[in-house]
Amino acid sequence: MRGADHDVFLMSKGHGCMIQYVILEELGVLSRADLDSYCKPDGRLGAHPDYETPGVAASTGSLGHGLGLATGQAYAEKLKKTDVMIYCLLSDGEFQEGSTWEAMMMAANLKLNNLVAFLDYNDFGGLERMSDGHKAFYPLVEKAQAFGWEAVEVDGHDGEAIFNAVTSRIGGRPLIVVCRTVKGKGVSYMENVPIWHYRSPNKDEYQRGLDELAAE
Amino acid sequence: MRNRFADTFYELGKADRRLCVVVADISPAGSIARFRQEFPDRFVNTGVAEQVMIGMAAGMAQRGLRPFAYTIATFALYRPFEMVRDDLCYQNLPVTIVGIGGGVSYSTLGATHHAQEDIAIACALPNMSVIAPCDPAEVEAATRWCAMQERGPVYLRLGKAGEPDFTAALAEKFTFGKLRFLRTGRDVCILTYGSIMKVAAQVAESLQDQGRSVSLVSVHTLKPLDMAGLAEVLASHRETVVIEEMSPQGSLGMKVKALAYERRAGSRIHCFSLRDEFVHAYGSHEDVLAAHGLTVDNIVESLSRTRVRLRASIHD
Repeated sequence: MRGADHDVFLMSKGHGCMIQYVILEELGVLSRADLDSYCKPDGRLGAHPDYETPGVAASTGSLGHGLGLATGQAYAEKLKKTDVMIYCLLSDGEFQEGSTWEAMMMAANLKLNNLVAFLDYNDFGGLERMSDGHKAFYPLVEKAQAFGWEAVEVDGHDGEAIFNAVTSRIGGRPLIVVCRTVKGKGVSYMENVPIWHYRSPNKDEYQRGLDELAAE
Repeated sequence: MRNRFADTFYELGKADRRLCVVVADISPAGSIARFRQEFPDRFVNTGVAEQVMIGMAAGMAQRGLRPFAYTIATFALYRPFEMVRDDLCYQNLPVTIVGIGGGVSYSTLGATHHAQEDIAIACALPNMSVIAPCDPAEVEAATRWCAMQERGPVYLRLGKAGEPDFTAALAEKFTFGKLRFLRTGRDVCILTYGSIMKVAAQVAESLQDQGRSVSLVSVHTLKPLDMAGLAEVLASHRETVVIEEMSPQGSLGMKVKALAYERRAGSRIHCFSLRDEFVHAYGSHEDVLAAHGLTVDNIVESLSRTRVRLRASIHD
């Protein structure tokens, strides 16, 4: 796989953009000052990503938009005959949106082999576990395959496994990597506790979390 | 209008490789079918899937293309509304949404196919430009503008087929964001847009026959609205008549009244629009307009009644 710097990463699950900001800062695309002014009047980073912020491929935050945008982006690159890859990160929650499935069909119809989607499969919606309240949500890999995608499932906390899934794909069609994850992974009081979808840690909790992650 | 759009788009598309059409399972009229044959890669049919029609168009625009998303007006704007708002308007992308059959022109199909609130809804969106040409020649001019513009998203409301010509021979050209006078008079100014121009033109004729000097204006650009032009109309005509194939809520009529209030304009304003209701009527386009009270006779009679009342009150 090429690691071309012109490839696109589109954060469809816009509420996950904090980790994106931190990575973009590490890559030198955003500055430390940007991070320090997060959600402040003089800053440019909010709790959902905004198009034309450096490193941000689309304004997201409302679920179910990203895969349609990514499909259009990937198709445009096909028309322009470039080798640009479009990577799109989806939440499992937005895999319930009808619009996502419209895009699943279209991306496969168009044989977009330059489109790779990652599904953050933590089994949590806002209200309950999908495996409790929405049993027909599963299976995921087979559903994606039935919609014409190449699909594999990996441990979403294993970077190498994700990398290998992308690099060893068969190709000729879009690929979805279903990434099994644990919400709040590595912080004992956060793991699989739904309130942490919404809450921010206080100072003590923050320090405890950092200590636990450092000890891992 | 559909065919003129198709012919114009085909001509533009031959020269500009950025131009694409994204449709949602609507059979392409006239030259769009030819465009599809000659440039199959730049014609995308998403099937009956309007959300991805708009989402894809947005993504294509983000990567440098100029997509036109094309389907029946209700399905182009209402069904994928949040994609229109977030993907196109929030990100301010140069995508043209072409809504076919604006107003009640799908007159046998019921209100599921009537775009009777589309102008209000599209105008409410930040960054959106809204254009409703009144005849095929204006469709051509508007389509050319849409293909070249850099402002952002556009909602282009078209009729269907068979609209008469009003502007082909006009000296005054189509200018985005400016009123366009089809005729200039001194007493009454009729403001209208879209395919109901055919009714407005007949009302103008009828008033002329009554000895009144009438201006007839195509307000083809509903957003941004030509406020200076409208203020001039209000200042220079004793009466202003708005005729539109749109709900009264968020209508041009309301905006003209608001402007008249702001400018303390004395022009008497008469508004004729679709009713704020689903009429459950079928027939020709004229039949459904009539079910909403929009006929030449109704409008002329209503204007005459108001004049008689006004005269009476002046003499009291």
